[in-house]
Amino acid sequence: MKQFLSGNEALAEGVRLARPQVISAYPITPQTTVVEALAEMVGAGTLQAEYMHVESEHTALSAAIGASATGARTFTATSSQGLLYMAECLTYASGGRFPIVMMNANRALALPWNIYGDQRDSLSLLDHGWIQVYADSNQEALDLALMAYALGEDPAVSLPVMVNMDGFALTHTYESVDVPTQEQADAFLPPYVTKNRFSFEHPVNMGYSAGPEYNRFYARAHHDDMMACARIIPEVEALFAQVMGRSYPGMVEAYETRDADVVMVTLGSVSGLVRDVVDELRAEGIAAGLVRIRYLRPLPIKPLIDALSAASAIGVLEKDISFGAEGTVFTNVMSALSRTGRIPPALDLIGGLGGDDITHAQIRDAFDALIACATSSASESEARQDPVRFLGMDDLGGDAACL
Amino acid sequence: MPLNARTITDEELFYGHKACPGCGGALVVRQALKVLGPHAIAALPAGCMSATGFNFPQLAFGNNAMITPFASTAAVLSGIEAGLRAQGAKPEDCTVVGFAGDGGTADIGLQALSGAIDRNDDILYICYDNEAYMNTGIQRSSLTPYGASTTTTPASKREHGSITHKKSLFDIVCAHELPYAATASIGYMNDLLRKVETARNIAGTRFLHIMAPCPVGWGFPSKDLMSVAKEAVDTGLWYLAEYEGPTVSGVPGGRFKLNRNPRAFAPIAGYLQRQKRFSADDAADIEAIERARDERWEMMRSRWA
Ligand SMILES: Cc1ncc(C[n+]2csc(CCOP(=O)(O)OP(=O)(O)O)c2C)c(N)n1
Repeated sequence: MKQFLSGNEALAEGVRLARPQVISAYPITPQTTVVEALAEMVGAGTLQAEYMHVESEHTALSAAIGASATGARTFTATSSQGLLYMAECLTYASGGRFPIVMMNANRALALPWNIYGDQRDSLSLLDHGWIQVYADSNQEALDLALMAYALGEDPAVSLPVMVNMDGFALTHTYESVDVPTQEQADAFLPPYVTKNRFSFEHPVNMGYSAGPEYNRFYARAHHDDMMACARIIPEVEALFAQVMGRSYPGMVEAYETRDADVVMVTLGSVSGLVRDVVDELRAEGIAAGLVRIRYLRPLPIKPLIDALSAASAIGVLEKDISFGAEGTVFTNVMSALSRTGRIPPALDLIGGLGGDDITHAQIRDAFDALIACATSSASESEARQDPVRFLGMDDLGGDAACL
Repeated sequence: MPLNARTITDEELFYGHKACPGCGGALVVRQALKVLGPHAIAALPAGCMSATGFNFPQLAFGNNAMITPFASTAAVLSGIEAGLRAQGAKPEDCTVVGFAGDGGTADIGLQALSGAIDRNDDILYICYDNEAYMNTGIQRSSLTPYGASTTTTPASKREHGSITHKKSLFDIVCAHELPYAATASIGYMNDLLRKVETARNIAGTRFLHIMAPCPVGWGFPSKDLMSVAKEAVDTGLWYLAEYEGPTVSGVPGGRFKLNRNPRAFAPIAGYLQRQKRFSADDAADIEAIERARDERWEMMRSRWA
């Protein structure tokens, strides 16, 4: 059924349809309307779950870990400082192999204090062993709530999943969303069954310590099972398409990349605007393309190589910066491409920090700069020396003359 | 048949751990689990008990058990309980029980504990109090007593040990008006076992604060564990008390009880002298310790006795 929903409301509908048994979350803008919506559903009886009124994010995730250890399906949600406040628990959840699903409303990190959207929060925790996926629309947010459980709970994976949504840009913006029926959701997502739980017949010690002689085996298994997502994600999406009639393109979405000279790589909801610019450029005869990263962990190595290695220049448009280095998405994309032995000239375009607008004109300028890199050896060598450009502050080095 | 050291089961649920000889904390875990039985689910934060009980492949718990983040004992217990309840999977005789040290409880874990009590989650929280952060090498916690030398309050020219008195965790917990709370000591084992049993049979959040001396951190021979524990109570530096909240006692604000109220205390000096941690204390320190004890007992006797 079509409904007009905000991103948070859509996500909450997806969570309801997934039938979590324990929900523990603590309010923080711009996540709050998710936990409010879920509390209303529990109150109305449309969702049967233990709703825990926890006193912090640290407890929210700790409680989810405890509940997951009993074999319960669990959900939590947070944002920004809340995510960092529970950071310690992220590694307990992933190392304990508890397939908790957590929505994170992407928001800037203090200081300066700021409640608006960028992606520094989740990206700073990329190495905490969670699957990380980023939604591009309210529909995708709802659908990801269901697919995140299917993926994380797959016995070959058994890992927690962070579903990221751009703060305000997605969480608080209304779109028409197709809400599946409970029958459809149940047909897609069976109840959670796991061996990774307490048992009264055969009691277990869980989440123990493993010294130097054993630690590597756990780390290796964690890594291997994360990498297995490359195989499981298409399976999950195929079943989803079969049941819901809506398909998703795997770990990245490649748009007009097949013959593209200049390709912009994005993460999250800014992709819509970039897609419009790509269409414009195509109409003008410029071979532009877009790669929207959906899953950043595991790193979509092969999909990135397939979509990018033939390009003449690449831009990574991202809402974060690893101070003193470069944007984290850029680092990851370059790392994937380095396996081909050939990295096209690339620009790291930092924008949208603290909720700053990324404008149509900026994206055009960015493409111009990529074209310059592809066609002028001076621009290329500048980009290779220092690829970082702050949108709205730095001269992107694009030159209409290059066109 | 009353539960006591004679009648308690021989079945071990905490066995094969790596705790030091004469560890008071290990005795708390071992004895409490005997009372709670094999369907207990235990959660333990960072601290000596998890560090010595959970070393793969040497896993020491015969019942279901897991490690939690340091601050998260109560939070994980709450989650376990909620998970079981949500699935209708909690056996009648299942106690969800936490064992955390004094640092893990009175310092870093206090917020989560308060949250769990506020929700009145059906859990039993046991703090084994060895009066310092022992696992990391005897650092001061807010339950370290006045005059005790630790590695972060070393006896020096300036000070003879901790300059703060032990925070009253029991009072803080009882201020939440939870169903049941008690203090106990491994030196009074029958009282301890009875309190674990009482707590087991009450629903809602229950809390036990159990004095559990540490031979290494306190500086006394392992074989003296029980007598040091007993002497802490006999000197009045620790006390045996119980609190029944309004829902259990029917009394607004709840009801306190002193389980042991001796006419005279054993001398403090002997108790302090047998422990290295107090070895720098002088007469003025002993007087300060005594004064604090007497003030505490005056309050307890006037309000609780
Ligand atoms: C968040 C966090 N901070 C610090 C530590 C280091 N740490 C591990 S055990 C411990 C001491 C625990 O002391 P206590 O709770 O009193 O228990 P005990 O070791 O005495 O049994 C500390 C400080 C940790 N594991 N996690």
